[in-house]
Amino acid sequence: MADVSTQNTDTGMITPEAFKDAFRWMVLARTFEDKISSVYRAGKIVGGVYVGRGQEAFSAALAVQLNRGKDVYAPLIRDMAGRAAFGEPIIDAARTYLGSAKGSMRGRDGNIHRGSPRDGVPAMISHLGAMISVVSGMLFARRLRGQLDDCVGAACIGDGATSTGSVHEALNMASIEKLPLVVAIANNQFAYSTPNSRQFACKDLVDRAIGYGIEGTNVDGTDLADCLQGFHKALSRAKSGKGPQLVVGKMLRLSGHGEHDDSHYIPEEIRSSGLGKDCLAMARERIIAEGWGNEGSCQELEEKATKEVEDAILQADGEDPPDPYTHDWNACFSERFRDTQPDQ
Amino acid sequence: MSITYLEAIRNAQDKALADSPDVFIYGQDIGAFGGAFKATKGLHDKYPDRVIDSPISEDAMAGLAIGAAIEGMRPIIEMQFADFSTVAFNQIVNQAATHYWRTNIPCPVTIRLPSGGTPGSGPFHSQCMEAIYAHYPGTIVMTPATVEDAYSMLLEAIFTDDPVIFCEHKYLYYHLKADKLPTQSLPAESARITRSGRHATIITYSAMVHEALLAADSLHDDGYEIEIVDLRCVKPLDIETILGSVARTGRMLVLGEAFPWGGVTSEVISRVSSEGFHLLDAPPAKLNAHDTPIPYHPELWRYHRPTANTIKSAVQKLLKD
Repeated sequence: MADVSTQNTDTGMITPEAFKDAFRWMVLARTFEDKISSVYRAGKIVGGVYVGRGQEAFSAALAVQLNRGKDVYAPLIRDMAGRAAFGEPIIDAARTYLGSAKGSMRGRDGNIHRGSPRDGVPAMISHLGAMISVVSGMLFARRLRGQLDDCVGAACIGDGATSTGSVHEALNMASIEKLPLVVAIANNQFAYSTPNSRQFACKDLVDRAIGYGIEGTNVDGTDLADCLQGFHKALSRAKSGKGPQLVVGKMLRLSGHGEHDDSHYIPEEIRSSGLGKDCLAMARERIIAEGWGNEGSCQELEEKATKEVEDAILQADGEDPPDPYTHDWNACFSERFRDTQPDQ
Repeated sequence: MSITYLEAIRNAQDKALADSPDVFIYGQDIGAFGGAFKATKGLHDKYPDRVIDSPISEDAMAGLAIGAAIEGMRPIIEMQFADFSTVAFNQIVNQAATHYWRTNIPCPVTIRLPSGGTPGSGPFHSQCMEAIYAHYPGTIVMTPATVEDAYSMLLEAIFTDDPVIFCEHKYLYYHLKADKLPTQSLPAESARITRSGRHATIITYSAMVHEALLAADSLHDDGYEIEIVDLRCVKPLDIETILGSVARTGRMLVLGEAFPWGGVTSEVISRVSSEGFHLLDAPPAKLNAHDTPIPYHPELWRYHRPTANTIKSAVQKLLKD
């Protein structure tokens, strides 16, 4: 995870170590989500399942360059790879999906909403775009306290979220406040079933940056090296006082919106275009082609991930669900301000 | 020396900023300009880094405050008018109000809502939003009616670890004066018996406390002693004080400036009916504004919300039941 030198600044080339580090989390995320999908189909998951298949490179490339305990990272629903890269234990994910009371949300919120604000991971709400200003607030607080140092905040959204008022307000505000914020837009071509053509009318989402007075970068979301480089540049700029940065990655969602969705509405010409390339398979090929690893070392990594995922799911599956009868049914922290209804 | 309700709000913020480096204020025109109502006048000069102008972005203002609160700060957001807080509704009710429940980490934000009607303010600068926010779990909703409460309750709000919706009434900003600020006060969650009586109880809050007092004065001249309960905090409700008063008088009018459907008045009637039905000698009554948007023209506005006269009529009817 953290503290890797991702880029050789002299040549602009990504180091093999950084590439392989991100690849490791991509493999773990894909393995976990494939497994969770099959468990979902077996009817054992509490709530829905939304996966990041095809977006692992973009997701991991950002988070692998952040530092847990220092930076702020607000993942969205397709950021299993980023979560893992930022240091979220795989058991946290398994517990929320399988409804264990030991999950970080204790049964009170589920799956992709899980967060750990004390570790710099705010717990997302479902309303798209709402987390950007929250990340800004976390950075703002640190700056007021003189504790900002070179820490950076990252917020992840998709193409659909860019149509919300929240995103507009938050980007404008972050720019005014000159916060060290990187906003990652994963343009996976579809927001649920809605294509880009019905989501925005500008030529390219990265052009939005101009309107906010911030810098924007496009990356090929299917190409891990390009993602690593794009985020490296954005993070460096944000840390050096150049204000918020926008990074737009283009790729195709290689799944339905959720596992309940067969994505029949995605046309074959997009699936077979460059956007439809699988970032994980491409990264694997690159590792072997460059000689940074071989078939054996990749297989070893995949087997290790499978074991880790199976162990986590087995452990979470054996844990108790939350108990409504002993649960603390108070929404307020302050005891004296709790409103007691007569039937409770 | 006298101090207004508005000055009490300014002084409370001044004290909070002085007492804790975790406190900051973020809002539109609140910096050097001192706020649309001057609730932060002079504070930017004293605390330039912590009294900060925001863009006109209520959603992002609330979001920024929530993020800062998660980090342990105690932000105050000034909504220029309560009505505009609807733009921040999502952040307030879905993010701030759910945060402690979801994550076990409190979210100590104070959202100041300049609330209620003044003549000529119209449909979008006059609303009373307390019931909307009180409906959601995880919020505390304060509605101070006096200068002293505006001061002490705002300080309590800022140093409470939950999101507080602080509904300060604009009509009281300049009209209401006190000799001095309190050094001790009733806890914010307790209702107050503002006036003792024995024939009927008016349960109310915020600016309507003063209309109720006028009605009670008039009814006193007719030989009736009307008790007035000032809720102070509409969530949580101090049901014990409410039931205690109803037990003494047997008759209850619940009064509010907000719209009539649902809301604080309905909640009080619901609670008293289910928990103190046996205390009632007459059907519980309620009086609210008309069920229309708030009119602009002062002649229409005065008729739209409850006044001393309409309150008196409602109590007279209650006394006959």
